[in-house]
Amino acid sequence: MSAAPPQPPPPPRPGGPQPPPKPQVKAVNCPKCGAAIVLRSFGKAETVVCESCHSILDATDPNLKILQTFQSKVREDPPRIPLGKRGKLHGVDYEVIGFQRRSTLVDGTRYSWHEYVLFNPYKGFRYLTEYDGHWNDVGPCKMLPTLVPSVPPKATYLGETYKHFQTCTAETGFVLGEFPWQVRVGEKAEVTDLICPPRVLSSEQSGGEVTWSLGEYMNGRDVWAAFQMPGNPPPAVGVFENQPAPVHESVGGVWRAFALHTVLLLFLLVAFSVFILRDRQVFSADYILSAGPQKGEVSFVTDEFQLGGHTSNVEVSTRADVDNNWIYLNYALINQDTGQAWDFGREVSYYHGHDSDGSWSEGSRSDSVIVSSVPAGTYYLRIEPEFAANHPRIVYSVQVKRDVPVFGFYGLAFLALLFPAIALTWRRFNFERQRWAESDHPLVTTSSGSSEDDD
Amino acid sequence: MTQPVANCPNCGAKIVFQWSSSVQTVCTYCKSILVRTEVDLKRVGEVADLPSDSSPIQLNTEGIYGNKAFRAIGRILYEYEQGGWNEWHILMNDGTSAWLSDAQDEYAVSFAARIANLPPADHLQVGQQFTWNTQPYTVSVITEANYRGVEGELPFEFWDKTVVTFADLRTPSRKFATLDYSDDEPALYLGEFVEFEDLHLKNLRSFEGW
Repeated sequence: MSAAPPQPPPPPRPGGPQPPPKPQVKAVNCPKCGAAIVLRSFGKAETVVCESCHSILDATDPNLKILQTFQSKVREDPPRIPLGKRGKLHGVDYEVIGFQRRSTLVDGTRYSWHEYVLFNPYKGFRYLTEYDGHWNDVGPCKMLPTLVPSVPPKATYLGETYKHFQTCTAETGFVLGEFPWQVRVGEKAEVTDLICPPRVLSSEQSGGEVTWSLGEYMNGRDVWAAFQMPGNPPPAVGVFENQPAPVHESVGGVWRAFALHTVLLLFLLVAFSVFILRDRQVFSADYILSAGPQKGEVSFVTDEFQLGGHTSNVEVSTRADVDNNWIYLNYALINQDTGQAWDFGREVSYYHGHDSDGSWSEGSRSDSVIVSSVPAGTYYLRIEPEFAANHPRIVYSVQVKRDVPVFGFYGLAFLALLFPAIALTWRRFNFERQRWAESDHPLVTTSSGSSEDDD
Repeated sequence: MTQPVANCPNCGAKIVFQWSSSVQTVCTYCKSILVRTEVDLKRVGEVADLPSDSSPIQLNTEGIYGNKAFRAIGRILYEYEQGGWNEWHILMNDGTSAWLSDAQDEYAVSFAARIANLPPADHLQVGQQFTWNTQPYTVSVITEANYRGVEGELPFEFWDKTVVTFADLRTPSRKFATLDYSDDEPALYLGEFVEFEDLHLKNLRSFEGW
C-alpha cells in the first residue's frame, strides 16, 4: 500500500456512479454463412436462428456457436408477422423476435401451428400463437395452477376452472429468430391444454421441467390492428379450443331472461284479466226454435247493446241444448251508426251414443268466437239460424262479452320468448360440439370418417 | 438513515454507504470489493467486469412495494444453465432491506426470514412441502447457480462464491420461497411475485430503440 501511493480519486461526478452502458441491438454475422443477424433481445435470448442458413446458434456465446443446422427453404413457412415488427398488446409495445412452427400427429394427420416470440426489454417475453386463423395472446403463469383430480382433469387458476381439452406431443419443425430457451428443430414436448374460453391454460413438459402459460383468444383482426399489419388476417377456420362463443349472452343467461319474461308475461296476463279487461257481458238473450218446419223468414235482429271503451275484441258465445242434433247460426255484428258489419257463422252440434267400444260423444253444446278490433259504438246482432229439416225444439242462448282476455296472444308471446332461447341453446350446443370435436373429449362420438353425426 | 463515509483502501475514492447495515460494497471506480470491519474497509477482491446483462433495473432505480419506497443499492448476478438472473438488494424507506429479483423480466420481492430448522440441501427433493408462517410451500426446482458478479452494497460478505445451490418453492398464490445454501447455514427468503407496473419503477435503464 505504501509503495504505490493510491491513485487520486477521480473527479466527483454528479449523479454518482457512472451508469452501465445502454444495451444496444446487436448486429452480428452468422458463423456459418456470414449473413447479418440482428440480436433484438439485449442478450435475453438463449438461441438465435440465422434467417438465411437456418443455423441454430448459441445466443449467449459471443462467437455464436452453432448448435444445430436444419434444412429448410426460407419460403417454406415465412412468419405472417415479420421478425422485427412491433405491436401493442395490453398497452405495451412488443417486438416479434422469434418464430416457430410446431405440429402434432393425431390419427396419422399432422396439425401444425405457429408461435411468435414477442419481447419488451422491461416486460420480458410474451407469445402469439396462430392455428388456422385463430390467435392466442399468451404469457407465462405467475403462479402454479391448482390441479383438480377429476376425470377428465381440471385445474383452477385465478379463481377460474379450466377443463382438460387435449394433451398432445408438439414437435418443433421450423424456427427463426431468437428464443429465450434452447430451441431445437425436432424437439418434442408434451403439451396439455385446459380451457375456460376465452382463456386457455397450457402446460408444457420437456425433460423434468413443467412450464405453465395462460393464453387468451384473439381474433385475427385485433392482431392485425395491434401490429398495424397491411391487408387482412388469414380467415379463421372452424371453432378453436378456447374461442369464445359468438353470442355474448350465456345460455344460462338467456334462460334466466326467458324465465323473467315469462313471469312478466304471466303478471301482465293476470293484471289485464283482473284489473283492466272487464270481461263485461254486454248482451244476453235466450231464443227458442220450435220443432218442425219453419214458415216465413227465420232471421231476426237482437236488441241494441253498447260496446264501450277503446277498440277491442268482442266474444260471441252460443249455447244450444242440441241432443244428437245441430244448429247453425249465421251471425252479423252490425254497427248501428256506421252500418259496418262482421259476418261469421257458428255451428253447435252434439252427438253421443253407445257402441261396442262403450259410450262416445262428439261436438259440444256451446261455442264461442272472438271478433277482434271492434270500435266502440251501438251494435246489434242479426241472427239467421239454419237447422235440420226435422228438428226438435231447440233452446239456444246468445251472449256477447266485451274485452275478453285473449290467452292465445300470451301463448304467442310465450313462444316468441321460448324460440330464441331454444335457438341459442341449440346454436351454443352446436358450437360447443364443434369445439370439443377436436379435443380428447368430444361431446358426441363420431363414427370413423364421418364429420356430422347426430349421436 | 445514516450515510457513513470512508475511502477506498485501494484507490482512495470516497465510499458512501446508503445503508448503515451494509457489510460489503464495491468501489464504483476501481471495482474493489470492500468489506466493512469495525474500524475501516478491507479490500477482499476485485469484481471482474460484470457480464453485459439487460436487467432494466440498475443501481439507484427507485420503486414502491407495499406502500414503501425503495431504492436498489446492490446486486448479485447469478447464472445457471437456463440463463441468468439478478438479485437486487433494495433498501426500503423504513430502513429494512429486501431483495428484488429479476429473472428474464419476471419480478419478485422477498425478505430474509428468521426461521429455525431449515432443511439441509442434501435432504431436499422436488415436490417436498414445508409450512412457514402457516403458508404451505412446495419445492418446485433445485438449481445449481454460478455466481457471476456483485455490485453495490450487500447485507453480507459475498465475493468468493462459485457454485451456489438454490431451491425454489412455489404456492398456488403469488407467494414463493427461496432456500439459499450459499453458507453453512441455509437461509430462507419469503416473498411474492410482482407485476412490473405495480413497482412504479423510476430511473430505469434505457434500451436502444425503446
